[in-house]
Amino acid sequence: MNHGALSRWLPWVVVGLFALFPLLESTFYTQLVTKVLIMAIFAMSLDLLVGYTGLVSFGHAAYFGLAGYALALMGPKYEAASLWWTLPASLGICVVFALVTGLLVLRTRGIYFIMVTLAFAQMLFFIFHDTKLGGGSDGIYIYAKPTMNLGETVLVNLEKLDQFYWLVLAFTAASFFLLRRILGSSFGRTLVGIKVNEHRMRALGFPVFRYQLASFALAGALGGLAGYLAAVQFGFVNPEILSWHQSGMVLMMVILGGMGTLHGAVLGAFAFVLLQEVLSNQAWFGVAAKHWQLAMGILIMLVALYLPQGLAGLMNSFRRKPQVEAEEGADG
Amino acid sequence: MAEAILRTEGLTKRFGGLVAVSDVSLDLHVGEVHVVIGPNGAGKSTLTNLLSGDLPPSAGRVVLEGRDIAGLSSDQISRMGVGRSYQKTNIFLPFTVFENARLASQSRTPHATRVFSRAEGYAEINARAHAALEAAGLGHRAERVAATLSHGEQRQLEIAMCLATQPRVLLLDEPLAGMGPHESQRMVELIKKLTADHAIMLIEHDMDAVFAVAHRLTVMVNGEVLESGTPEQVRASPAVQAAYLGGEEMLHG
Ligand SMILES: Nc1ncnc2c1ncn2[C@@H]1O[C@H](COP(=O)(O)OP(=O)(O)O)[C@@H](O)[C@H]1O
Ligand SMILES: [Mg+2]
Repeated sequence: MNHGALSRWLPWVVVGLFALFPLLESTFYTQLVTKVLIMAIFAMSLDLLVGYTGLVSFGHAAYFGLAGYALALMGPKYEAASLWWTLPASLGICVVFALVTGLLVLRTRGIYFIMVTLAFAQMLFFIFHDTKLGGGSDGIYIYAKPTMNLGETVLVNLEKLDQFYWLVLAFTAASFFLLRRILGSSFGRTLVGIKVNEHRMRALGFPVFRYQLASFALAGALGGLAGYLAAVQFGFVNPEILSWHQSGMVLMMVILGGMGTLHGAVLGAFAFVLLQEVLSNQAWFGVAAKHWQLAMGILIMLVALYLPQGLAGLMNSFRRKPQVEAEEGADG
Repeated sequence: MAEAILRTEGLTKRFGGLVAVSDVSLDLHVGEVHVVIGPNGAGKSTLTNLLSGDLPPSAGRVVLEGRDIAGLSSDQISRMGVGRSYQKTNIFLPFTVFENARLASQSRTPHATRVFSRAEGYAEINARAHAALEAAGLGHRAERVAATLSHGEQRQLEIAMCLATQPRVLLLDEPLAGMGPHESQRMVELIKKLTADHAIMLIEHDMDAVFAVAHRLTVMVNGEVLESGTPEQVRASPAVQAAYLGGEEMLHG
């Protein structure tokens, strides 16, 4: 079976092909795929929690929105901020928020964990929605995109669509390879062990809480990376990016793609954003296009029912023959 | 008699109105197997849970090498060298047999929390995992997915994981239940071999096995210690004969 070799080179080929995309396509599609790639980072970061640590968070938009607002509020109003410090600072804020809320939410499990993560995200939503801090319900514009300069030279010009695309692609690829590396390490195996059987992990001597907190913080940082990039792309932030719709959307991406596989999260982000584009296309679906969320909901339900391992599982079943684990005689 | 490595004083656990473990005092010594017997519901598993930290006691002390560990979490107690197996198989079903043992072994090498190097890259951890599988008779199953093992083999894996954490105190909750005669025999031999440098608490129903390994025997009924002493003392106890052993078949050998 050349599965190992395939999973080693395939991601690089995919990244290479994606790098060519802006050379071939119109700005509309370049922007669309940029959005997809950002969502892929967001979905991978949530999959780290849901698919690999067994923590179903329903408040992951908190990090997405927090980093976006951090960028909008930290930079000078009409001039460009430097990415070199606004990005680490935004992610730092997300890590601090994850550590502080994690100390509380990680004491709960199951449905309570879902509720408490949602509650913290809603708290942020109302802080930004109901106070003047971030421009209230209208949000704030980010008039100038951050700069990424080295001394006098412009390293990446984020105002240019294709340069921004390549930057996002680099971040998406880096997130994928970083997570893959981490998940193959002792630390990652510990997380999966916790997901499968937390009780036994504890009995084996693992300080489960610390591992979960570390995972929670890392997921928060990567969720923040996605939110930062999204804020740069759209040039404004408003409370919607912190809302439970946003948390639900990224959770649907993870479920659609298949929990517990990184490429599944990427596939889920793609499928979701593209389906959203298609289903909300008025030229194709007329008035029904307005109700694209209904169609999407039905699709997600069908996936949950018939493809419990999502699109990644579907891909696997094409690729390899089902492995029959022959039950040898018990007395063998 | 050397100082006990682990002892309990007045250990009690209540579930609402039910007193599952009532005022139990016993001790474990390195070089000895302390067998706990008693009918179902006597509180044997609950006692194990109190020693391992799976449950906090309602009252009483658990003293490990002079330190009161009652109320510490199970991971802390595990890292202090107390390992346990579960009566109800408690393994990682989707993982390979080796990964089950490797995780157990990894818990003893904290620097393996390194985030960027491959989990399989630690020779020491792998060696410990393989040794534990061999000892439990599962060396030939290392690459199988745990869910595909027979029930008896899963019981063996349960023990292997416990061994891979290299505990000094072993709490074995009905390790032989569900094993075939061949594996049971092997496990009895393993327990005998481990006795030299471990303190072992064994919960077991199979009287042949009990009398083959026991240095001390405690009989529990309704959460209380009915009798405790050497196997001969316990066998001779009228209270035990009346309440539990009773039948002729217990008095063989
Ligand atoms: N978590 C629990 N909650 C409530 N009651 C329990 C719990 N665990 C055990 N019990 C009760 O405590 C008593 C002792 O059970 P247990 O320790 O499993 O006995 P044994 O292992 O000797 O068969 C039983 O009556 C059982 O129903
Ligand atoms: Mg029991």
